[in-house]
Amino acid sequence: MLELRNITKRFGQVVANDKINIVVKPGTIHAIVGENGAGKSTAMRIAYGFYKADEGEILVDGHVHNIETPHDAIALGIGMVHQHFMLVDRMTVAENIVLGAEPGSGIALDLAKASVEIRRLSEEFKLAVNPGAVIERLSVGQQQRVELMKALYRHARLLILDEPTAVLTPQEVEEFFSILRRMREQGKTIVIISHKLTEVLAISDEVTVMRDGRVVGRLQTKETNAAELARLMVGREVLLRVEKTPAKLGSAQLSVRNLSVTVRGGAKPVKDVSFEVRKGEILGIAGVEGNGQTELMEALAGLLSPSQLSGQIRIEDRDITQEGARLRRELGIAHIPEDRHRRGLLLEFDLAENSILGVHYRPPIVAYAGTFLDNGAIRRRADEIIEGFDVRPANPDLPARALSGGNQQKLIIGREFKVDPKLLLVSQPTRGVDIGAIEFIHRKLVGLRDSGCAVLLVSAELEEVTSLSDRLLIIHEGRIVGEVDPKVATIAEIGLLMTRGH
Amino acid sequence: MSLFRELLFPFIAVVAAFTIGGILILIIGDNPLHAYGLLFGSAFSWPVGIGYTLFYATPLIFTGLAVLVAFRCGLLNIGAEGQLYIAAFATAWVGITFTNISSWLLIPLCFIAAILGGGIWGAIPGVLKAKFGSHEVINTIMLNFIAVALLSYFTQYHYKTPGDPIMQTVPIGQEAHIARLGRFIPGLPEFIPLNVAFVLALICCGLVYLFLWRTKWGYELRATGTNPSAAEYGGISVPKQIIMAMTISGALAGMVGINEVLGYRYRYYDGFSDNYGFTGIAVALLQRGGIPVDAFTEHVTKDIVQVLQGTIILFVAAEAFFHGPFAKFGLLKRSTV
Repeated sequence: MLELRNITKRFGQVVANDKINIVVKPGTIHAIVGENGAGKSTAMRIAYGFYKADEGEILVDGHVHNIETPHDAIALGIGMVHQHFMLVDRMTVAENIVLGAEPGSGIALDLAKASVEIRRLSEEFKLAVNPGAVIERLSVGQQQRVELMKALYRHARLLILDEPTAVLTPQEVEEFFSILRRMREQGKTIVIISHKLTEVLAISDEVTVMRDGRVVGRLQTKETNAAELARLMVGREVLLRVEKTPAKLGSAQLSVRNLSVTVRGGAKPVKDVSFEVRKGEILGIAGVEGNGQTELMEALAGLLSPSQLSGQIRIEDRDITQEGARLRRELGIAHIPEDRHRRGLLLEFDLAENSILGVHYRPPIVAYAGTFLDNGAIRRRADEIIEGFDVRPANPDLPARALSGGNQQKLIIGREFKVDPKLLLVSQPTRGVDIGAIEFIHRKLVGLRDSGCAVLLVSAELEEVTSLSDRLLIIHEGRIVGEVDPKVATIAEIGLLMTRGH
Repeated sequence: MSLFRELLFPFIAVVAAFTIGGILILIIGDNPLHAYGLLFGSAFSWPVGIGYTLFYATPLIFTGLAVLVAFRCGLLNIGAEGQLYIAAFATAWVGITFTNISSWLLIPLCFIAAILGGGIWGAIPGVLKAKFGSHEVINTIMLNFIAVALLSYFTQYHYKTPGDPIMQTVPIGQEAHIARLGRFIPGLPEFIPLNVAFVLALICCGLVYLFLWRTKWGYELRATGTNPSAAEYGGISVPKQIIMAMTISGALAGMVGINEVLGYRYRYYDGFSDNYGFTGIAVALLQRGGIPVDAFTEHVTKDIVQVLQGTIILFVAAEAFFHGPFAKFGLLKRSTV
């Protein structure tokens, strides 16, 4: 169906694709895996006419084609769904789908005709897309189906999906995969770009592995496994399973008693939650996203107004329910937030300035009359974090914006570890992070726990939360609905608790 | 970004503005080179031209710094105009009221009055934003009207010399006068009102730089300006930063009163500000090496100068909306490198 032959693409000095060959057979689901920056997206953007290759040729249905623009690609039956949706929020599904391919003669826009076609396609692939709905009212999963529909409406036979599951909840992923399987049955060909190995193994027929701009493996999904794919992606053995010794439990570091959070409008995202985190353990909280995890962590970090809280939060023997973020940090609470762009980083500030956020007002960062920043000390701290947590590029003068997501995350983790916390609040520690860095972050978290720190972990990745945690709480609609032993509980059991409660 | 690039955009903006301005002058039927010759000749001739240019630049340095500090905290202070009026009146009031104390005491008191007057008038919208979330742009604009009306009332009914047809207060005492620079610089005549406030303005440039980039308070203020959520996460009180930034901004704008009252007119003159507060926004935009053309206005009609000024601002704004302290107000964001 699609073949990339000896494609080379350079961006200045960087060779994004180096003589790559990819063959996608018709009627299959083909996965392209690799770490961030391995060149997966570049290769597919070349196939879609977004970029032009410096060398090499593209074959569609066995013939060489000159794909200059996405229009050429669409004409050949190639469609692409980008990682970030390209939808107009205030317009309807039908309006979005026809955008750029408006039906009707000349001036008149025949939306009714389009709607009929959308309904037919929706029926055929069981997409359950309502052409009249307004985009901003749809869930992320539904919006993604609109993106799929956009490609189908343009008669795409080959769909390229760039990291399609990054934004979906586990339930939505399942639903999404069954849609992909249905499409394959109807004769469509699908290319899925991903770095989530379990998903690749679950959905694909064939896998192409890329690393540093080259193709380093072509495999039949049936004949491979996660360990082999990880090794090919990273170029060395990767421990997928977290290695850790049994927890050496100390006394309670954090005690939460009957904590409820009320937000503006009166909703209660956290309801009467009680638990303890002891020194030397990782307590995990599993749950479908949006079940109160965000508010719980913000409440513990001191980012909500005390008037929104009821119940009690204690650090060792001290009641901190009424205290703000600064005092909590001084008491030894570190926080790795779930949204690193909104909470965790000053994107316009350089790495050095980001490395002192939270300790910027006290020695050794502030010297000279308790007022002036000590640039030498800032520099040293930044260098230590960059070196200790392998932040790349290792240049403290770069703005945080210039780093990849994984390196931004390592910078935040490094900064929060640097304060020698007594309690670490950590949300989604490896979201959007490369597999090599995931292993690194997991090891660091276990190391911190072994040094006697109490760790409270929230993650939407069930595998992550079960393999890291010593104990695991399940949260559902703001309540703790169960505790399981992560060493014995199965994903299915936990999943059941997560979705239905008791 | 390299210094070259930093300076390039304002430079292009100025050149482009002068080109467009030149075309306009041609359309009117005059020779643009002649006009520009007069403009620059008068603005940069020693000593009168340069003396006046620096004198006119003084209030714009203060208001430019004022707007800049607020911007760095993510706030748009449209109220420098009102703040500088209140400050000028406050400093004049002190100068009028306490006449029989020594200059060594009175002048610092007058300075404090200007700084406090501007600071308090700036702090009001700061508090309103911090406590109730009401937008500083609306509130500063409204406070401008209040300031102007209030001070006209006080001037007219309480502080005017009876029978004086001009809307101005009685003069301040001799003890409150600050020195004109002509007294210290050979060749610079003392009739030019360029005074110690200009030196103060230059010192303030240095202090604002140190404050923003070298102190923990500046760090907190800038952090709040680029990402209040992250600042809060780092233990910074966002409401406190907003109030502080607006207070400092107002105090800086208020120092215009020192130049105007203590160094130039020696009284409060109603409606003295030639839109200094608003031009300060443009100055803040031009912060990387631009020149406020407003400063040199002798011999060439003010209208053409304003055309030039407006064009420069348009060009610089076009750049500043991509990056710089204004980026958050812009529609376009730079993508990840």
